Amino acid sequence: MGDLQKEQVYYIQWLTSNYELFGKLQRRILEAYPDPREIFQVSKERWEELLPEKQAGMIWKRCQAESFAAMQEQYEKLLEHGIYYVAHGQEEYPKQLNEIPDPPLGLYYRGRLPDGDSLSVAVIGSRDCSEYGSYVARRLGTYLGEQGVPVISGMARGIDGISQQAALEAGGDSFGVLGCGVDVCYPQSNQRLYQTLMGQGGILSEYPPGIQPIARNFPARNRIVSGLAMAVVVVEAAQKSGTSITVSMALEQGREVYVVPGRITDRLSDGCNRLIKQGAAVYTDPEGFLEELQETYFLQHISPTKKKAKKAKTTDIREELLPIWKQLGLSPKTVEEILGGLADPISVQDCTIKLMELVLLGRAKQVSAGHFCKT
Amino acid sequence: MYSTILSGALLGIHASMVQVEVDATSGLPSMSMVGSLGSEVKESRERVMAALKNAGIDIPPKHITINLSPADLRKEGTAYDLPIAIGMLEALGFFPEGSAKGILFLGELGLNGEIRAVRGVLPIVREAAAIGISECIVPEVNAAEGAVIPGIRVRGAKDLEQVMVFLLAKEKERETILPVKRIFVNNIFEKDHLQAGNDFSEVKGQETAKRGAKIAAAGFHNLLMLGPPGAGKSMIAKRIPGIMPPLTLDESLEVTAIYSVAGQLGERALMTERPFQSPHHTISSPALTGGGVVPRPGIISLSHRGVLFLDELPEFQRASLDSMRQPMEDKQVQITRTGGNLIYPSDFMLVCAMNPCPCGYFPDRNRCRCTEPQIKRYAGHVSGPILDRIDLCVELQAVGLESLQKEACGESSAEMRRQVETARKRQEERFQGTAYRFNGDIQAADMDRFCYLGEAEKRCMKKLYEEMGLSARSYHRIRKVARTIADLGGEDHIRTEHLLEAAMYRPAQEVWKA
Repeated sequence: MGDLQKEQVYYIQWLTSNYELFGKLQRRILEAYPDPREIFQVSKERWEELLPEKQAGMIWKRCQAESFAAMQEQYEKLLEHGIYYVAHGQEEYPKQLNEIPDPPLGLYYRGRLPDGDSLSVAVIGSRDCSEYGSYVARRLGTYLGEQGVPVISGMARGIDGISQQAALEAGGDSFGVLGCGVDVCYPQSNQRLYQTLMGQGGILSEYPPGIQPIARNFPARNRIVSGLAMAVVVVEAAQKSGTSITVSMALEQGREVYVVPGRITDRLSDGCNRLIKQGAAVYTDPEGFLEELQETYFLQHISPTKKKAKKAKTTDIREELLPIWKQLGLSPKTVEEILGGLADPISVQDCTIKLMELVLLGRAKQVSAGHFCKT
Repeated sequence: MYSTILSGALLGIHASMVQVEVDATSGLPSMSMVGSLGSEVKESRERVMAALKNAGIDIPPKHITINLSPADLRKEGTAYDLPIAIGMLEALGFFPEGSAKGILFLGELGLNGEIRAVRGVLPIVREAAAIGISECIVPEVNAAEGAVIPGIRVRGAKDLEQVMVFLLAKEKERETILPVKRIFVNNIFEKDHLQAGNDFSEVKGQETAKRGAKIAAAGFHNLLMLGPPGAGKSMIAKRIPGIMPPLTLDESLEVTAIYSVAGQLGERALMTERPFQSPHHTISSPALTGGGVVPRPGIISLSHRGVLFLDELPEFQRASLDSMRQPMEDKQVQITRTGGNLIYPSDFMLVCAMNPCPCGYFPDRNRCRCTEPQIKRYAGHVSGPILDRIDLCVELQAVGLESLQKEACGESSAEMRRQVETARKRQEERFQGTAYRFNGDIQAADMDRFCYLGEAEKRCMKKLYEEMGLSARSYHRIRKVARTIADLGGEDHIRTEHLLEAAMYRPAQEVWKA
């Protein structure tokens, strides 16, 4: 498609603001009328040929009620609220999405759109991740942020949010694709992330503003997450999870899928380990992963904005603390378990004090009233 | 004729003297009772009449008026049966005038003349002794509790006949009819001490929880235990009173008075062990704090000087827990009645137990299938004001087979109590001349005075504050607990080690927020 005229964009935006027509119905309309300006002239009978009765009646009524002037006004109002729109066919439309089987007809966004020429990575995984998953997601997000590789994800609880937050904190860009309108912050707990994304990346959605996050929106949203990226990294996924759907879509789109292996005793790694058995590529560290990816695509990532890595804690761990520190793992352990693993026994009191010292040094984290893990 | 007999009324856990006046004159035969009487006191008439008849007394037809003075003090309970009967007998001329002079009477009468148990004998006898009364006659089953009060002769009577014979007898014969009850208080205390009860050495594993219990007992800090079902939370809670120092005589009298007023003392002379109360979570507000139509001490008063254990904290009704807030603040319960206010003491150590999440296995991600919102909602169920009063939080894990099969080798209760007593002594010295008794009571304003921190310690607190995102409340809590940990270690100054350990025990609310 050539470059769309501004007028046509208004029509497409208007069309895509009808939530009831989402999916193949909207596509059908645009196939029948490649120039969307003709939509308003369509007769009721023609609508009924094209669409199911209910939707036909609905859209015909709306067409009658709408005027170009009103449409334009509504569009301008969006802009006032900081919500931009790009239609499939416009030059600004992210070109990665042109490759996928069913690209969104239009995207609402706040902030910016991801650059189609540079390498970007999607990081997805369980909403109820473990300390291990959270650690891996954070490390990956931080590294990608430092290297100037944008992180794409769904801004959800758990892996999504953690990797995006980490990338932003490291000074990199990140883009969140939502299963609701771009003016709805879902989940509420990621409010801070939402705000930062607006300034340091972007928030995108296929859905018009005001649409709430309903379950059925998410698989459709996920195809956009993998569609915008060159590669998808799955950090943690239980056996039956939404993540596996996203992976299938990514494969269909021809994206590279990397999977983080986990302990076979961890239920949260069942999905990942199964993918590895099915032949997915294995992710073990951010540096190796990025190197491989860049080789595969012969791409130089744009603007090597190697932001200064967050100052690593250079405090050396005192000798007395080392045996305790060595006992810590990524899975939370109790004080008793740590005590049990020590070669030279010490008192409960002593062990507690040393653990808390490690917490203060930033080397350990108190996960619950009695469990500690490595940071 | 007119007669007046001594008796007593309960006000909370204190008492006040009552004069039972009986006036019998000629006129239309009737019997009326006045003096701000509760319903069971009004029923005395029937009981007394039947008891007297069954004791073989023929009541002549007289116009009888009975007044319980002071007339504006509300009278409750059945203890006035006996003094009314004696008063009537004297007024009707069955005893020589003055036979019952100077003797305090208490007792409920059965229709057959039997004298039955009443509540609150100890506080009434104590008050009587304080104002100089030297003799009292109480139900036999209650004699022991009255007998612990020095300076007053307490006799326990079985039935009305016995008392009549006593009053008609000559001075030197009286001892054989109704002997004075003698109790050797020291013997009671020693004997109960040697009793083997629940011991901490029986608890396998759970080292951090045991340490937490020790610290809590030493400073009278409130404790929260988190853990899956069956981990041993109740087991540990039950053993906490055993590691607290034994009750002093004064404390024992206080606790005994409360139990007596609540009608839970039975035939015991004294409560010698720290109370342990564990109400079911369906308990109502009045049962918990006290009150009711006839005011009685609630569970929290029955835990005075001991431990109140709330198992399954989230299951308790919000309203019931909320009603505990003020009493925990004031260390007493104020019950308002039209006749005046009653005060029941309620200075207890609170121990709570709950699961860390709905399934109980958090943070074991392999077993715990609760989502984060579920956990947050579960944590939200727990009464915030109660959690605010918790100084220490420990976690228990499901006991592994290894631990169960190991020989009991942890510290014994006796050993732990020794350490707690040392810490308590330090607190006694520290708080002399102030209203405080334990570190757990210290208010924010007095933090610097009693929990002084040196420069290095101040820096450590600052790091803790920033690193863990503490609130002002938890800042103070950590200092208080650190003070107790230092006391347990026999040290005068709080060091960074004590602060670090105290920080680990910071209450779950902080951790759940994370």
